[in-house]
Amino acid sequence: MKPTRLTLVGNWVLDRFPLTKLWNEHMAHYYAPKNFNFWYYFGSLALLVLVIQIVTGILLTMNYKPDAKLAFDSVEYIMRDVSWGWLVRYMHSTGASAFFIVIYLHMFRGLLYGSFKQPRELIWIFGMLLFVALMAEAFMGYLLPWGQMSYWGAQVIISLFSAIPVIGDDLSLWIRGDYVVADATLNRFFAFHVIAVPLVLVMLIFMHIVALHEVGSNNPDGIEIKNNKDANGIPLDGIPFHPYYTVKDIPGVAVFLFFFATVIFYMPEMGGYFLEPANFIPADPMKTPEHIVPVWYFTPFYAILRAIPDKFAGVISMFGAIIVLFLLPWLDRSPVKSIRYRGGIYKKALLLFVISFVALGYLGTQPATPTATIFARFFTAIYFGFFLLMPIYTRWEKSKPLPERLTDQPALEERISDLREVFEEITVLKPGTVQNGTSFLGSNVLMRRPNPKGILNVIIRLAKKLKESLD
Amino acid sequence: MKKFITLFLLLALPFGIHASEGMELQSADIDLTDKESLQRGAKHFVTYCLGCHSVKHIRYLRIALDIGIDEKKVVKDIAPEGASAYDQMQSAMNAHDAEKWFGIQPPDLSLIARSRNADWLYSYLKGFYTDKDKQFGINNTVFKDVGMPNPFWQLQGEQLLLYKTVDGQQVIDKLIIKQPGLLSEKEFDLLVNDLVNFLVYVGEPVQLERVRIGKYVLFYILMFLGLAYMLKKEYWKDVH
Amino acid sequence: MNNEGVDKSKRQFLTSAITVVGAVGTGYLAVPFLAQMQPSVKAMAAGAPVEVDIGKIEPGQLLRVAWRGKPVWILNRTPPVLETLKTLDDQLRDPLSQESIQPASSKNPVRSIKPEIFVALGLCTHLGCSPTFRPEIAPNDLGANWKGGFFCPCHGSRFDLAGRVYRGVPAPTNLEIPPYRYISDTLLIIGEPTEGASA
Repeated sequence: MKPTRLTLVGNWVLDRFPLTKLWNEHMAHYYAPKNFNFWYYFGSLALLVLVIQIVTGILLTMNYKPDAKLAFDSVEYIMRDVSWGWLVRYMHSTGASAFFIVIYLHMFRGLLYGSFKQPRELIWIFGMLLFVALMAEAFMGYLLPWGQMSYWGAQVIISLFSAIPVIGDDLSLWIRGDYVVADATLNRFFAFHVIAVPLVLVMLIFMHIVALHEVGSNNPDGIEIKNNKDANGIPLDGIPFHPYYTVKDIPGVAVFLFFFATVIFYMPEMGGYFLEPANFIPADPMKTPEHIVPVWYFTPFYAILRAIPDKFAGVISMFGAIIVLFLLPWLDRSPVKSIRYRGGIYKKALLLFVISFVALGYLGTQPATPTATIFARFFTAIYFGFFLLMPIYTRWEKSKPLPERLTDQPALEERISDLREVFEEITVLKPGTVQNGTSFLGSNVLMRRPNPKGILNVIIRLAKKLKESLD
Repeated sequence: MKKFITLFLLLALPFGIHASEGMELQSADIDLTDKESLQRGAKHFVTYCLGCHSVKHIRYLRIALDIGIDEKKVVKDIAPEGASAYDQMQSAMNAHDAEKWFGIQPPDLSLIARSRNADWLYSYLKGFYTDKDKQFGINNTVFKDVGMPNPFWQLQGEQLLLYKTVDGQQVIDKLIIKQPGLLSEKEFDLLVNDLVNFLVYVGEPVQLERVRIGKYVLFYILMFLGLAYMLKKEYWKDVH
Repeated sequence: MNNEGVDKSKRQFLTSAITVVGAVGTGYLAVPFLAQMQPSVKAMAAGAPVEVDIGKIEPGQLLRVAWRGKPVWILNRTPPVLETLKTLDDQLRDPLSQESIQPASSKNPVRSIKPEIFVALGLCTHLGCSPTFRPEIAPNDLGANWKGGFFCPCHGSRFDLAGRVYRGVPAPTNLEIPPYRYISDTLLIIGEPTEGASA
């Protein structure tokens, strides 16, 4: 066959740039375990959100003015006078929260299946650095609308640095570039937010993925697929990332976008969590809002800060809460990775940790009453206990035997029939006829009434199952 | 396990009970599709509020487009003398005078419905009552010691606040009209409601448009999801 | 892994289908993203029609006003100037303004509604510099043939006092005339077309 002009051009490029090699190494011949479940969507989703944030962010900078006198009005200008500016802005503000939801779930996956454990310590470290960079990015971005919450939030967080002995005051002054949060602060945060931190993020993501593709992906069973290879050296339980995981990630992306679009078009403020009401008032250095709360994704750490009665110790605890996460690969002494084969203690500890994290997050949004502070201290203790006692309890507990090969678990969509059965059980068909004798879609559902006995049965079964799964 | 459930209940309790300051809020009837109400609200705003408060983030042209009336009509009927359709709703009062009269500059109200909320605004505008100890002889049930006079005193009439005694403590009971104003109570409620409706619209003029577009976007995504799922299923036949 | 019995055409179809649907969706998303770079309402507000009082322009004097941020010239032409304009046709590229942009009401040899009041957009049709106003006859730098007109300092384009371009210069067409109309004898509105005219 005579080569066409297009293939000639293609070959000319490929002789000079290893496109095929890159594609094969990272997509077509990258073998991923075949048993990825729900939790494995969030890595690719994080990448998607990053792209959304970068694209909408670039568009926003075209109309935003990083000037204390103009910033607030320029955001409203984007929301009203710029064509479709509102959509771009809502995508960016919702994207910020979505980023944290996705990242928190992505990190939780790591805790579930031990993805941080040997040989993936470096992937975890890069990931944690990404998390820190993301928090810096979000924090500095939050100042830019220059509303009351932006202003006072930044004031409080920057003041944290003044708790550091000796250099603290000079340090916070240096960060602000003024005696209070002011135009200079806004301007430099803008520079960091739009270029410096995003560059770091992209670089770290690159390293995160390179490291991942070097050692290969972990999986819900936590065993290495590289231990069982066929004659060609291909893992028996591995499937090429492309096309299998690309086609699997696309529906995941669609589901994510569905929720994302619902928030953007129907509840962009998300009940005051994504866009806080007080941030619709321009920054006023003379007046602090009555109730100052950071955005929801910072509240667990904020609650830890407030729980400690000493300023310096509080700051140390807050940063410590993030630093312990870095140490995770070395704190965990269990011989197995996945929660499926760990003993009961880790399962219970993880459950407690999740409860305390959510509770701290909630407490961080509430005023610091004495009762709330007591609870915050209690949950802070659990938070740190989970990590600091880990070397002890993970060594104690007896893990279950690991399987040779990956195990089969029903996929999400395969459980739909189970759900239907549960639904049958908890409801009874309402005696009576359909009105006017006509039947419409969903009339089957509408005619059902809850069945107390069935509900009780289901709850008992669930509780038993939960208890079993925690052993 | 039980211990934690108890803990959680305990935890929820102190936050469930919020110390309510002043009176409970009355609910405003917000309907942004009611163009008549928005038009009346805009007119009321210019008449009673624009003297002191600007709404600088909205242009008359935008109001005309969103409410669906001719821009010339908006300029003629709603805007003050000499304004053009492209003008933003600026207040005539200058900052210097404002500080002299009220101590502060009256805030711009473009986003007030987003920082407060409709019910708060509705209750606030209806909540002025006579209080001789205050600067303007007036106080407010939802915004204590507010530095703003009642813009509707002629329309609403004079209101008094009644207290009742509960457990030996004075508690706010209700507001009563002592001296009726030019409008009946019903007419006045409608006026305030129109005004709040307008403020909610001004807070985010794109609200209706956003909800309208949302339907199509979600429908598209669902369609895409269906297709993507079929593709996934087809390929994953290979994996056993 | 088992690739046997795969319905290749079904895969092909589904892959194409999702590519097309995805591309359409991306296209729809691109529209608002590109549209947000269009002039905003604020820019359009600055582009609103401008009223100009021409009562105080002396004969021979040029007034510059901004419309949409662009310079608009209003020149009060004297009778001798109007006489000169009639003699220039053979030196001009487009004396009858066939290829140039102007409202119908100004599509005449003197390119204006009232002959003496000349209104034009003060931007060279070559690359957008603003030409200088040179009413004097035969100055040293422009040569003996100069009958008064506009001279573009950027690339040397020459226009007569009706904004018509001379031959042999880079500018392709006559100066653009913006839509305008008279509210009264001395009051012009720039940016609104003459009533009844579509341009």
